[in-house]
Amino acid sequence: MIAHSIFFYFFSIIAIFSSLMVITSRSTVNSVFFLILDFISVGCLFIMVGAEFLGMIILIVYVGAVAVLFLFVVMMLNVSEQKQSWFIGKKSTHLPTGLIVSVLIFLELLVVVGGWKYKDNLMSSSTLNVSNISNTHQLGLVMYTEYILYFQIAGIILLLSMIGAILLTFRERPGVKKQSYLKQISRNPSSSVELKNVESYKGVKVDD
Amino acid sequence: MIEIGLGHYLTLGAIIFFLGVMGIFLNRKNVIVILMSIELILLAVNINLISFSIFSGDIVGQIFTMLTLTVAAAEAAIGLAIIVIYYRNKGSIRVEDIHGMKG
Repeated sequence: MIAHSIFFYFFSIIAIFSSLMVITSRSTVNSVFFLILDFISVGCLFIMVGAEFLGMIILIVYVGAVAVLFLFVVMMLNVSEQKQSWFIGKKSTHLPTGLIVSVLIFLELLVVVGGWKYKDNLMSSSTLNVSNISNTHQLGLVMYTEYILYFQIAGIILLLSMIGAILLTFRERPGVKKQSYLKQISRNPSSSVELKNVESYKGVKVDD
Repeated sequence: MIEIGLGHYLTLGAIIFFLGVMGIFLNRKNVIVILMSIELILLAVNINLISFSIFSGDIVGQIFTMLTLTVAAAEAAIGLAIIVIYYRNKGSIRVEDIHGMKG
């Protein structure tokens, strides 16, 4: 129990510190690196509390895909030298509004958490929690049977986002030669083959 | 203090949520940091869902965490695509340069 609390405080302090650094770091690349550190420490917290599968998924999906995507975009768009300037120079006009809104949200969450108690029959209302099978096994038993519809909807959401991202960033460049299967199939010999009489010692001129 | 319960995890989620909202408002750098703040907010939601799921012994919270992960990944992909085409058209993604809707 003491090790559990030590690890909890360790990882949560790292998570809070790195999320603070994400929003205050001066260069965008550093923000992405602190975002990766945040994901890793929260993933370790998930593994520690008993949700091993989701901790690993956070490591794979967030660190392996989303954060690397952010890193690619930051490096592609050449915004890394745009320094954060809200400490010096023109003051941000959104700062008081933002402070009020976020402190209010934080206080509301504290009120909810502070006055919260278990309902009496909450522990017995569980769908499935058998302690002698692993976390991944439990998830698999529920996800592909009762929640198969949500699983399929998640797949459709991913497909839609893939189509949307490709359509948004696709552009036709002029002057790029592409292979067109339709043109290749639909040409016939009369339009593409030309017979010529070649005189000797003259040759033919091949035009491109 | 030593005994780690549900309240500790919920407080951690609340703090990370608060930092994400703060990041959206006080950001003056570029839009990518706003997207990262949205990722922080979704991470705080995931912490809440998973801690409730673990401490009340119900697996459904973890299923919904996977749905949240899916939506977060889709949102990051679409948002970054929009940022890329905005940069291609306007040449800047600074927050103060984006005022096409006069807001």
